[in-house]
Amino acid sequence: MSLTTKDKDTVKAFWTKVSGKAEDIGSDALSRMLLVYPQTKTYFAHWKDLSPSSAPVKKHGRTVMSGIGDAVSKIDNLTSGLLNLSELHAFTLRVDPANFKILSHNLLVVFAIMFPSYFTPEVHVAMDKFLSAVALALSEKYR
Amino acid sequence: MVEWTEQERTIITTIFSNLDYEDVGPKALARCLIVYPWTQRYFASFGNLYNAEAIKTNPNIAAHGTKVLHGLDRAVKNLDNIKATYAELSVLHSEKLHVDPDNFKLLADCLTIVIAAKLGSAFTPETQAAFQKFLAVVVSALGRQYH
Repeated sequence: MSLTTKDKDTVKAFWTKVSGKAEDIGSDALSRMLLVYPQTKTYFAHWKDLSPSSAPVKKHGRTVMSGIGDAVSKIDNLTSGLLNLSELHAFTLRVDPANFKILSHNLLVVFAIMFPSYFTPEVHVAMDKFLSAVALALSEKYR
Repeated sequence: MVEWTEQERTIITTIFSNLDYEDVGPKALARCLIVYPWTQRYFASFGNLYNAEAIKTNPNIAAHGTKVLHGLDRAVKNLDNIKATYAELSVLHSEKLHVDPDNFKLLADCLTIVIAAKLGSAFTPETQAAFQKFLAVVVSALGRQYH
């Protein structure tokens, strides 16, 4: 299920519309993930505060979203473009790749909440495919 | 046995009592068919599904979306016994409709997205958790009688 030219154009156009709110999106998606999927909290035991809109959650939301923005700019070759991030997730963070799907779902929910008229089914499918492709690229170095 | 807090019960019943079935049902099913196109396999007799626009305006899909959404009403009324409530429906989906139970989660995710778009910031993380828990129980019950 690779990204068609149409998918890439849709993703880039949607990102242009929403990247101004990247911080809010990242923070909200992470907050939801930690609450709705409590098992994900196991990766953040070193944070003092895991509540929504806490400082570490906001900061990390920013980090994640800048990674995604980077992925948008490297959409034509995610595997090689995200190699360093893949090594980070594989060797240092060792996040179980199943969690990429969970975060992706929460990003889609936040898109729907914040941009109900932009986040049409056509945009939804392109973003879902894109986030799956990003997850795949991030898993590249795992084994 | 699924345990529901009072807060979860309130969240779920409130969502459904304020629901515009004729709007949300069609939107959720259409979104599912567009985002996960392989689900169209179950709707070969429904007419034109050739592109997103056709799916969104297809009256058969719209009617079916409303029907499916109303199908959730019995679960809302029987939160403490969803498994038994849906035993027959599970058999139907398995024996007669031959629906791959993995598809239930896909529709559930699309329904979540449509409700999120409708409720906006009112779809708080706590609301999302309760609603997704409800859908997970429904999905499990519908898959229960497959063999």
